Amino acid sequence: MNEQAGRIQEIRALIAAHKRWDMIFAAVGLLSLMVGVLTFVALFGQMVIEGGPRLSLDFFTSFPSRKPDQAGILSAWVGSTLVMFVTACTAVPLGVGAGVYLEEYAPKNWMTDLIEINVTNLAGVPSIVYGLLALGLFVYQFGFGQSILTAGLTLGLLILPVVIVATREAIRAIPEAIREGAYALGATKWQTTSHHILPYSLAGIMTGVIIGMARAIGETAPVITIGALTFIAFLPPAPLSGDPPAGLFGWIMSPFTVMPIQMFNWTSRPEAAFHHNAAAAGLVLVVMTLSMNALAIYIRYRLRKSIKW
Amino acid sequence: MNTISQVHRIAGVPETFVSDRLVRRRSRHVKERIIEFILFLAACVSVATTVGIVLILFKESFVLFQTISLWDFLTDTQWTPLFSDAHYGILPLLSGTLVSSMVALLVAIPLGTIIAVYLSEFAPFSIREVAKPFLELLSGVPTIVYGYFALLFVTPLLQHFIPSLPGFNLLSAGLVMGIMIVPTVSSVSEDAMRAVPMALREGSYAMGATRFQTAIRVVAPAAFSGIAAAYILGISRAVGETMILAVAAGMQPNLTWNPLEPAATITAYIVQVALGDLPHGSIGYQTIFAAGLTLALLTLVFNVLGHMLRKRYRQAY
Repeated sequence: MNEQAGRIQEIRALIAAHKRWDMIFAAVGLLSLMVGVLTFVALFGQMVIEGGPRLSLDFFTSFPSRKPDQAGILSAWVGSTLVMFVTACTAVPLGVGAGVYLEEYAPKNWMTDLIEINVTNLAGVPSIVYGLLALGLFVYQFGFGQSILTAGLTLGLLILPVVIVATREAIRAIPEAIREGAYALGATKWQTTSHHILPYSLAGIMTGVIIGMARAIGETAPVITIGALTFIAFLPPAPLSGDPPAGLFGWIMSPFTVMPIQMFNWTSRPEAAFHHNAAAAGLVLVVMTLSMNALAIYIRYRLRKSIKW
Repeated sequence: MNTISQVHRIAGVPETFVSDRLVRRRSRHVKERIIEFILFLAACVSVATTVGIVLILFKESFVLFQTISLWDFLTDTQWTPLFSDAHYGILPLLSGTLVSSMVALLVAIPLGTIIAVYLSEFAPFSIREVAKPFLELLSGVPTIVYGYFALLFVTPLLQHFIPSLPGFNLLSAGLVMGIMIVPTVSSVSEDAMRAVPMALREGSYAMGATRFQTAIRVVAPAAFSGIAAAYILGISRAVGETMILAVAAGMQPNLTWNPLEPAATITAYIVQVALGDLPHGSIGYQTIFAAGLTLALLTLVFNVLGHMLRKRYRQAY
């Protein structure tokens, strides 16, 4: 009798011990998440404290300068905007086209397999290697020089896998019945794709494009590698300002700088005053990429809620 | 031949009733073919990118290895290609890359794994819904911002505890890089654990196991190859990371295994050379391609390994 009670006690103690471990791990898990949250809070807080006071209209409308309190990010944000425009013009048509081809058109053969493996592999190539590709190919082989065009093409190739994967996933979510319905009415493959597949997968594709652009806007390494200048005190010629036709696109071959490079330049200077500028530029950059990412997450969330096939 | 009007003729319908749009036209077929070909070309751009990377890296490195020997490149312990007494040993850059990656992984693997196990097995729905987008945001922060944070926040913080720590060091760069990789590790391993069938968990619970026991002894072993793939992806990201190291770890090549010292990595060297003004075709210009080739091969090995492991866990169920 006593022996049995003792064993029950033992088992109860064992169960209690296991439950204790369970609780401990739940706490450790939550703590680990907190490490991520705290790091983010520290990072954001540091930049707000250091750079917040520098944020004013002047900061956005001044060129970089030797005097830290007069320096601004005008050439940087204009450069970033123009480069992003070229990036979008490269990555969106190519990425969506490739995604549509792989999902709707591609026959099952070695060529398709090759493209698929290749896209997966490209997603894992370090961004600086794209910079080397651009340096060897665009800058010297094609003679584009250290221009907005080179940077935009490089970043476009860099985010291509992101756009392709997003397009494929969005298309894959469309049920087969939609295609069969279109074919039954006599639509051709392209009519089915352009009238049905693309519109229905638009939100998913947008998510991928926005995430890709957010990544491109913060990329520093490949743009430095192609030899972008760190000190630019002029703006590229305004788009559509020169004599047509050649003058319209003068900006595309212009030297430039972008936001992350401007920030890198200020961060690597020894004077603390420039670090405040770096923090302010970083703040603008983080707010920009985070709001783009948040927008993408929101679109995806809405999508999951609203579309039920 | 016009099949539709043929059908109508047989059915006795007057031909004038057939809409023009139903008439089979050759131009339509040609247009379809052209579109398909254009889309195929778009898909080929990714292949061309890979071919371009391989060609450029090999071409420039090949020219370099005609002047210096491959053996020196792999065994010399000094990397001073821009000095008059030039040495071309990749080892100092490699040691910087490996040490910083080690520090990053010592942060990212435990944290990432714990977060993955927690989110997949423990967390209530409400925490999951908030934590996953948050982790995604964390991985969206530009790396230059992380670099700033490592140099001007983490390093001064560490200097409180280790007064002898120099302003540039591998430790703070590695720590911040680790935090940056956590979302990669946690989301891939969480996906792997979620792919484990519910029946395995239910079997374990039916035997009286706790959530922790189930996670450690049933779910984690079943998702092992997926979790290993997550680690390898993390390694390959750490090895290829550039800006954090260029900003916070210094640009001085240094053959060391001590994370408290400053040292340049392969990526930081490329940035350093690109910031300067090296003439096209000079030896210095070619060295960055040799360094880039080393880096690309290193990450390729890890990526292929990770890909193989992930394929294995997909086939498991």
